[in-house]
Amino acid sequence: MQLPEPNAAVLARRAVIARDLRALVPQPDMVIEAEDELRAYETDGLSAYRQLPMIVVLPETTQQVSRIMRYCHDNGIKVVARGAGTSLAGGALPLADAVVIGISKMNKVLDVDFENRTATVQPGVTNIAITQAVEHEQFFFAPDPSSQIACTIAGNVAMNSGGAHCLKYGVTGNNLLGLEVVLPDGEVLRLGGPHLDGGGYDLIGLLTGSEGTLGVVTEVTVRILRSPEGARPILLGFQSNETAGACVDAIIGSGIIPVALEFMDRPAIHAAENFVHAGYPLDVEALLIIEVEGSEEEIDRLLGWIREIAERHNPSFLKVSGSAAESLAIWKGRKSAFGAVGRISPDYYCMDGTIPTGQLPHVLKRIAEICDGYGLPVANIFHAGDGNLHPLIMYDANKAGDLEKAEDCGAEILKLCVEVGGCLTGEHGVGVEKRDLMPVQFTAVELDQQRRVKDVFDPHWLMNPHKIFPLTERTAAAPAQAAE
Amino acid sequence: MPLDTLGDPTPATPEALCDLVRGAVDAGTPLALAGSGTRLGLGRPPAANARRVSLRALSGVRAYSPTELYITVGAGTPVAEVAAALAERDQHLLFEPPDHRALFGTTGEPTIGGAVSCGLSGPARIAGGSVRDTLIGVQAVTGRAEAVRSGGRVMKNVTGYDLCKLAVGAFGTLGALTELTFKVLPRPRRRVTLAVRGLDDAAAQAVLSRGLGSPFEVDGAAHLPAATAARSTVASLRDGAATLLRLGGFAESLDYRVEELCGHLETEAEIARLDDAETEAVWAEIRDVGLLAAPADRAVWRLSVAPTQGPALAAELREALAAVVFYDWGGGLVWLAVADRPDAGAEVVRAAVARTGGSAMLARAPDAVRAQVPVLPPLDRVAEPVSRRLKAAFDPAGVLNPGRMYAEM
Repeated sequence: MQLPEPNAAVLARRAVIARDLRALVPQPDMVIEAEDELRAYETDGLSAYRQLPMIVVLPETTQQVSRIMRYCHDNGIKVVARGAGTSLAGGALPLADAVVIGISKMNKVLDVDFENRTATVQPGVTNIAITQAVEHEQFFFAPDPSSQIACTIAGNVAMNSGGAHCLKYGVTGNNLLGLEVVLPDGEVLRLGGPHLDGGGYDLIGLLTGSEGTLGVVTEVTVRILRSPEGARPILLGFQSNETAGACVDAIIGSGIIPVALEFMDRPAIHAAENFVHAGYPLDVEALLIIEVEGSEEEIDRLLGWIREIAERHNPSFLKVSGSAAESLAIWKGRKSAFGAVGRISPDYYCMDGTIPTGQLPHVLKRIAEICDGYGLPVANIFHAGDGNLHPLIMYDANKAGDLEKAEDCGAEILKLCVEVGGCLTGEHGVGVEKRDLMPVQFTAVELDQQRRVKDVFDPHWLMNPHKIFPLTERTAAAPAQAAE
Repeated sequence: MPLDTLGDPTPATPEALCDLVRGAVDAGTPLALAGSGTRLGLGRPPAANARRVSLRALSGVRAYSPTELYITVGAGTPVAEVAAALAERDQHLLFEPPDHRALFGTTGEPTIGGAVSCGLSGPARIAGGSVRDTLIGVQAVTGRAEAVRSGGRVMKNVTGYDLCKLAVGAFGTLGALTELTFKVLPRPRRRVTLAVRGLDDAAAQAVLSRGLGSPFEVDGAAHLPAATAARSTVASLRDGAATLLRLGGFAESLDYRVEELCGHLETEAEIARLDDAETEAVWAEIRDVGLLAAPADRAVWRLSVAPTQGPALAAELREALAAVVFYDWGGGLVWLAVADRPDAGAEVVRAAVARTGGSAMLARAPDAVRAQVPVLPPLDRVAEPVSRRLKAAFDPAGVLNPGRMYAEM
C-alpha cells in the first residue's frame, strides 16, 4: 500500500496545529498528540495497513466539527473522519499529515418517532444501538453489517453498508431520510428530514457511500421498521456449487423473496461447524441458509414451498429450523464464519466483490483456480440473493511475501467479478485497498467525472484523500490534486 | 439521424447523442431533452431558445434476468413496455411509476427515462422504495459530450461515487440518460385494499400510522377526504372520506394479514374491502394524481412532510387557499389543488411547509407561473452553491435542460 509523501510544511507545524485545535474544543484532552495514544488510531478493520495520524481530535458537537473543518481548510490540513474504525477497506486509515476527526463522543440517540417511523441520531451511535433504542416497540433498523455491534451509523453512511438482509430491506442508503454533513470548508449542509423524497439533486444519495471524501456526517435520520411477526431459516446442503446455485435461481424464479439467502462453501462450512457447532453437515460442497419472515403459518407455508423446490435439486441435507434455539445456532455459524476462518489460518484477507448470481458456479470454480495458483487456501461466503461474494483468502503475514501474494490473488478475484458483469466492492467500499483497481471497472473519462464530483465538495482534496481514486494523475486538468 | 414528426432530432445511439451535445456546446444553443414529453409540465419550462431533442429512440429492453432480479432498458423505452416485459415473468418495478398524462392533459407514451428524471414514485414507495432505491445502473451523456456509466446490474455495489442517484429527479440537467438498469422483484400475486370510511383527516392519519407500524406489510396507505373521494372513479368510495390500506402478496397469506390488520387499526369505523378492479382503479388515480386532474386550470402542489404533520398542514392550506387535498404515503405526501392565484399560492404554501421542516414542489401550473415561482423546494444558503457547482461539474456549458430545475442553473 502506497501513500504519497506527507506534507513537510504541515508536519513542521504539528505543535501549533494541536494548540490551535485545543482552542476549538472545550476540553484539552479532546486533542490527542502523544504517540502512545495515537497508536489506537493507526489502523482500521484492514489491519494489514497501518499509519499513525498527525493529531486526533474528538469533538462532541456539530459546531465543533464545523470549526475544526474550517480551521483545517483554511490551513491546508488534510482530514480523515473516523467512526469505530471497522472499515475492511482501509477507509479510515489515517495519513501521517492528517488530522483524524473521531466522532465517538457524538453518540446520543436524539429522537425516536414511532408514529412517523424515524429515528434521529448522532453520528457515533452504533448500528445496533439504533435497533436497541426502538426494539421495545418491536421496531428495528434494517441494515445489519456483521460489525453492527461496533460500527457507527456515520461509518454506515460513509460506506453505504449492507448486511445479510439487503435483499428485502436494502442497504444503508435505502433507509436514510435525513443527513447533516459538515463540508470541508466548515459549512453545515442539512438535507432531507423526517419526510421522503423532497426534490432537488439527491445529495443524500450522493454523499452516502462517498467514503468520507466529501464531508463529515454529524447527524442522521433513519427509517425504522416494524419487526416481522417471526422469522425462521431452512438449511440446505448440496453436492455441488452448481446445484446450490440452480436451487437459488429456482426459488427466486418462483416468486419467493427470502429475507436472507446465504451461501457457504465447503471450507467455510467446516471452519464454522468446528468453531461453534451450528449443526452444519460436513459432507456437502455447498450450504444454503434461507430465511423467511411472517406469521408462524406463513413461515411454514413459505418454507414448505422452498422445501418442495429444493427437493427437485436433490439436496443431500435438508433441515428446517424447528425452534428459536435451532435458528440461533444456524445463524451463529454464519455470523462467526469470518472468526472461524481466523482460527484455522494465521491471517485472512476478506474480499467483497459482487457478481450477477447466475455466474456463481463459474466464479467459484475460477476463484479456486486463482487461489490454487498462488498456493493459498480460500473459503467462500456469499450473500446469494444479491450476489455479494466474500472470499476469505488465507495467508500468514509472518511469512515473507505472503501478504503481497494474498493481495495479488484478491485483485485477480475482483477483476474476475468485474469481468463477469459485477463490481469491485458490494458493501465494504474502495478505501485504499481497491483504489488502484478502479480503472478495471471505470474508464478514464468516468473516473475523471467522479473526480469532478469530489472537486464540487472538496476543491483542495483535503477530505480523506488518497482513497477511492488511484494515485495516478487524472487525464483532465487537476489543479488541486496536482498542486500538492 | 432520424427526425420525428415535429422535426426534432431523435438520436438512437449514445454516439449520436454525444454529437448533438457537442454541437450544442459549439453553437452555444442549449438542448431541451425529453422522452415523449408527457411530463413537460413538471419542473420549470424549457429555455425559449433550446433545441428540442427526443430520447424516445433510445428504446428497448436490452437485458432482463428474472432470477438475477434486474432489467436493463433504453432510457426512451415506454414505461408500459418495461412493465409488460416484467409482467410476463410475474415481476414489476418497485416504485410504481406515475403516469402524468391525465394531470397534464398530454398524449404519447411516458418513458422510463422521464419517470427517473422527474424522480417521483407512486404509493408503493413507502414499502418497496423510490426510484432512487431501485435504479442500480445508469448510462448517460454529460454536457461534456462524454458517455459515462455508474452502477451496473448488481444491486449491491459501492464502487466509487453513486452517480445513479444524481440521475433521479435531475430533470436531465446533469446528463442525457441513455440506458437504465433497475432492481426488480416478483409482483404481488394479489392485492387487497381496506377502506376505512368516514374518518376526519387526523383520525385517518393515525389509522395509517398504525397500519404502517404493523407487521402486516402494508404497501399503500392513502386518505381521501370526502370532497376528494367524491371525485373517485370508484363509485363505492364516493359517499364520504376513505382511508385506504393496501396489502399484497401470495393469496394464501393475504387473508390472515388482512384480518389481523383490521384488528390492529383500533378503529370503530366501518371497514370495507375493495374488489380487485376497485383496488386497481383507486391506486392508479392516487399514483397519477388523477383525482386532482380536473379542473385543468388549478395549480397542483406536492408536499412531503412527516406523516403526522400532514393533516394540520392540509387544514391550514385548505382554509387559506380553498384547496382540495388528498394524502398518500401514510399522510406524509399531501397533494393539493388550489384555486386561481397569481403565484399558485406559493407564498402561503411555502411558509406553511417551512414551519413543518418538509418540502413543497409546485407540480402543475401554467408556464408563465412556473417561470416566475420557484417550482422545486428552494435551496438554502449551503445547498445552493453545491447544486450549482454540481451542475457545472457535469454540464459546464449549461446545454442540458438549463433552467428546468432552478432559474439560471
